[in-house]
Amino acid sequence: MSKPIVATTALAGCFGCHMSLLDIDDRILQLVELVDFNKSPINDIKTFTKKCDIGIIEGGVANTENYKVLKEFRKNCKILISLGECAIMGGLPAMRNGKDSIESCLKEAYQDSPSTINKNNIMPNDEELPMILDKVYPCHEVVKIDYFLPGCPPRADLIWDALVALLNGKEIDPEYKTYKFD
Amino acid sequence: MKDKFKIIIDGKELPARHGQTILEIANNNGIYIPTLCNFEGLKPQASCRICSVKVNGRPMTACTTTVSPGMEIENDTPEMNELRKIIVETMFVTGNHFCPSCEKSGNCELQALAYRFKMDVPRFPYSFSKRDIDASNPKIMIDHNRCIKCKRCARGIKTDDGKDLFAFKNRGEKIEISIDNELAKNISDEKAQEAMDICPVGAIIKKERGFIDPIGTRKYDNKPIGSKVKEVQ
Repeated sequence: MSKPIVATTALAGCFGCHMSLLDIDDRILQLVELVDFNKSPINDIKTFTKKCDIGIIEGGVANTENYKVLKEFRKNCKILISLGECAIMGGLPAMRNGKDSIESCLKEAYQDSPSTINKNNIMPNDEELPMILDKVYPCHEVVKIDYFLPGCPPRADLIWDALVALLNGKEIDPEYKTYKFD
Repeated sequence: MKDKFKIIIDGKELPARHGQTILEIANNNGIYIPTLCNFEGLKPQASCRICSVKVNGRPMTACTTTVSPGMEIENDTPEMNELRKIIVETMFVTGNHFCPSCEKSGNCELQALAYRFKMDVPRFPYSFSKRDIDASNPKIMIDHNRCIKCKRCARGIKTDDGKDLFAFKNRGEKIEISIDNELAKNISDEKAQEAMDICPVGAIIKKERGFIDPIGTRKYDNKPIGSKVKEVQ
């Protein structure tokens, strides 16, 4: 039987959740025995080459690129996991959600803040750049998410225990000490 | 009327006296009923509803309901715990509770209740409500994003000469705590800490304190909220 396939991605996140995944230490060797990785920043595979069993999503949906990637993950993965606070509730990027508008947000970031030097008052407008959304969305408000692993970052033990449970066809039963929102 | 009688909580017969609340009896007997707006020493006000129990089939708040003979109370049941989880979830989506940026994280009662009821994600959409931070006071910062409007601060914190430090303004969903800046300017560090401690969430933060407790040593890092009640037994 072929090994289960895992894909991961970081949307509007800081990559801390991926770092925490690596923080499982030497169990990473067991993980490589247990699963194959497809599209993921860990192996730098940029596009899906086959259907995957588990998709791990870090970060919320802040722009059109995040939206596209998340939709693609839902299409290609049997199980999707929201990993970390940003994926679950928007996290730090979602602190802009309480602001008046995207315009005021961009102004503050690129023109008005005390530390900004922007003589020509340029706003990022290259067509290569994805469009910013009206607010940052938690992943489950965009696609169906099957499991949620909270934390900032989620504890390495939590990620490990959850993956092992899923790979063995069991429900995730997190330990109290590893189940934290910070 | 006979003064002493028995009531039943989750099938267990417990001694009771007139005038006691359900919560008092539970606490005396090592039974945990979750509370949030309630604080020892303050008059209970039953605004958060987290202590709801079923009294003879009807939901009532344990902190304000006084006992009477013949009461049969359901507390630690899947139905009541689900109801409590829903209340916690509504609080998480009403305000903006971004735990990683909060100095109260780990010592926060709302967060601890979410852990206890194994909340992974609220079933309701986040409101991302627009709220402000008031950091104008030199001793205390108020973050309205995190306030759950339990009024514990307004009810419990007074200056040494008995004046209220906090009050509530506006009504309904616009209700907001406010601080008497004149009075609060001169409070001691202990008083500021007392204000921070009476707040069940991180809406009142003592300034120049920061994240002083390392992760792993905070109040609810290793044991769920309510563990102490069971130890009393």
